[in-house]
Amino acid sequence: MAVLSEEQSMLRDAVRSWVQEKSPVTALRKMRDSASELCYDLAAWNDMAQMGWAGVIIPEEYGGSDFGYLSMGLILEELGRTLTASPLLASGLAAASALVLGGSHTQKSLWLPQIAEGSTIATLAIDEGSRHAPDKVSTTFIAGKITGNKTFVLEGMAASLLIVSAKGADGIGLYLVKANDPGVKRTKLSLADSRGAGDIEFNGAAAEPLAGGEATLEKVLDRARAGVAAEMLGSALQAFEITLDYLKVRVQFGQVIGSFQALQHRAAKMFTDLELSRSAVEAALAAIDTDSPEAAQLVSLAKTIMGDTFHLVSNEMVQMHGGIGMTDAHDAGFYLKRARAAEAAFGNQAFHRDRYAKILGY
Amino acid sequence: MSDPVSNEPSLFRDQARDWINTHFPSRLAWTVPAAAGVALTEDQLSWRAAMGAKGWGVPTWPAAYGGGGLSEAQAAILAQELAQVGAYNPIGGMGIMMFGPTLLEYGTEAQKLEHIPRIAKAEVQWCQGFSEPGAGSDLASLQCKAEDKGDHFVISGQKIWTSGAQYADWCFCLVRTDTSKKHEGISFVLFPMDQPGIDVRPISLIAGNSPFCEMFFTDVKAAKKDLVGPLNAGWTIAKRLLQFERSSISGRDAFVGAHLPQLARDYVGSDETGRLADHDLRTRIIRLEMQAHALKLTAARSRLEATGNEGPSATTSIMKNVGSSVMQMRAELALEILGNRGLGWNGDGFTSTELGLVRGWLGGKAASIYGGSQEIQSNIVSKRILGLPDPARA
Repeated sequence: MAVLSEEQSMLRDAVRSWVQEKSPVTALRKMRDSASELCYDLAAWNDMAQMGWAGVIIPEEYGGSDFGYLSMGLILEELGRTLTASPLLASGLAAASALVLGGSHTQKSLWLPQIAEGSTIATLAIDEGSRHAPDKVSTTFIAGKITGNKTFVLEGMAASLLIVSAKGADGIGLYLVKANDPGVKRTKLSLADSRGAGDIEFNGAAAEPLAGGEATLEKVLDRARAGVAAEMLGSALQAFEITLDYLKVRVQFGQVIGSFQALQHRAAKMFTDLELSRSAVEAALAAIDTDSPEAAQLVSLAKTIMGDTFHLVSNEMVQMHGGIGMTDAHDAGFYLKRARAAEAAFGNQAFHRDRYAKILGY
Repeated sequence: MSDPVSNEPSLFRDQARDWINTHFPSRLAWTVPAAAGVALTEDQLSWRAAMGAKGWGVPTWPAAYGGGGLSEAQAAILAQELAQVGAYNPIGGMGIMMFGPTLLEYGTEAQKLEHIPRIAKAEVQWCQGFSEPGAGSDLASLQCKAEDKGDHFVISGQKIWTSGAQYADWCFCLVRTDTSKKHEGISFVLFPMDQPGIDVRPISLIAGNSPFCEMFFTDVKAAKKDLVGPLNAGWTIAKRLLQFERSSISGRDAFVGAHLPQLARDYVGSDETGRLADHDLRTRIIRLEMQAHALKLTAARSRLEATGNEGPSATTSIMKNVGSSVMQMRAELALEILGNRGLGWNGDGFTSTELGLVRGWLGGKAASIYGGSQEIQSNIVSKRILGLPDPARA
């Protein structure tokens, strides 16, 4: 755990107790079984917004608390523990970052207060194919209109503001599009992890540019990636702790299975990987907060290590639980499914390994 | 006694820089300390004497025992300033990494005053009498025995894998003082190596050198005043010492060895996109570099989190395993990068770098065996940190 300020510790404790009380994994299960259109619980989201979590990285003059990315990471980590579904990452972190970094005063004044209070859900629309490749964009911005297809848009159905990457006269940049524009057509994607996402078709939808072009896009994506990694850290920790508890109670051959060295060493490996992951995730968030030149490299490190770790832990969770881990009645499946979706979000391990090496010149 | 140092970081940095400029012989810049047993040059002797007198070879040890008396933050600044001019720390060895910190915790005032200043000045070299032929991973099964003879003990038995025993002045040693118990029958004693009854024999290793020895003891004497801690309470002290050993090892292993991306550019080349030409190899290099990077961040985090003087904790067990595996993977990859240039043993047919990487690859295999093997470290993590139980005895 990073060395936290008193305010950060209080924030984390507040989120932790809210999550345990209001948003256990059963909440996600209930949401899934209700086939909710939004793919998150609106009452819970309103709670979160009321506590100010959607405005943590938004400057005070635009209705936020300007509390930084490490603080946002603490919230996401706690939410990740119980796989809480909410638009916090897509809206309060990713889209808000785009406006903070690339928005004009007018754009910020219009949208950021609404995002901070949770009344507007905004999201990024970046990916166009089966893999994250933000530098390969077919969507165009010509004469004020966006045309093209985006996929795997997180909270794409719930969002009223879309922040779209497209190729304009000066190269790739980000553009604001209202979701209710007649040129926008949305199709819900029903995902394995039950979280909200959609395909979005833009047919000459009205758009206005954000400043900064591809450099801003990269910075925005890095903020989103670090946020996903923080959420994954919480999920992986919880999956590990549930599994560790099971190793201490499940009896076979007359003893708890956690006494077997084969399982002990696999548990030690998971613990080790989680410790390394935490270091990388916290370093990435801190680097964003200080606008360090190493931020991009640290983010790719964090997303990769965290992706590998959550992948391992969620698989081991099922395996070590044995048959019960295969049942839908157990939570293990939720963690397994979430791991794959989170790994894919904003670039999987292969993407970030390649990026890490390119940044370092090999 | 040293001049007072400033608590203000930037002032301390200036003080440290000035002192280094005055005392560090510039001819030694970017050199490494002489290997054990090799006579020191005048420059090396003067640098060691200066650092020893200042106490900065052991910057955080108390000044009362010849240490630098610096805070962790000041020590970090000092390390940066030393690195800046390519100055190595001339005060090293077992006394610094393991024995000194342990004696500071468990020694009597008289023991500390006798031994710690001489370690801080590198006047005395120590060796570690722990492992035995029958007591490796199961260290507590050791048999080397010490008999009580009134004002001294008489020690007989065998030790093995003792680094630098042939150059050591003193030995810190685990001996059996009660054969009826296992862990509670072990004591921690100190004795000088220049006495009759000690036979030291170097062991030749697969890398072709002899960093380790075996030692045979026949009626070796250890004075009663050189018993550390109570009789039969040596295991507790040994465990603490092993924690220090693990933490010093973990800080070391991960960051030694070849710079793989550069080595690969030189031997394998790059493709038209600027990526290393062998993509499979490239991916494995990246994985390794990322693991090393995450370990470095973890070490930094753990230093930051350490509040007060709690010292290295069980989490150092994680770092030892990751550090040794990073080091070994790096050595394996380096050899793969070299191709058949990585198969040389000696002679002019290979560069010294190529030969060094081959020897390093072999020597590095010890990293997951010494200081508590990889498997022992995993046991420690599972039991002490994760609270998993011992298996039921059949």
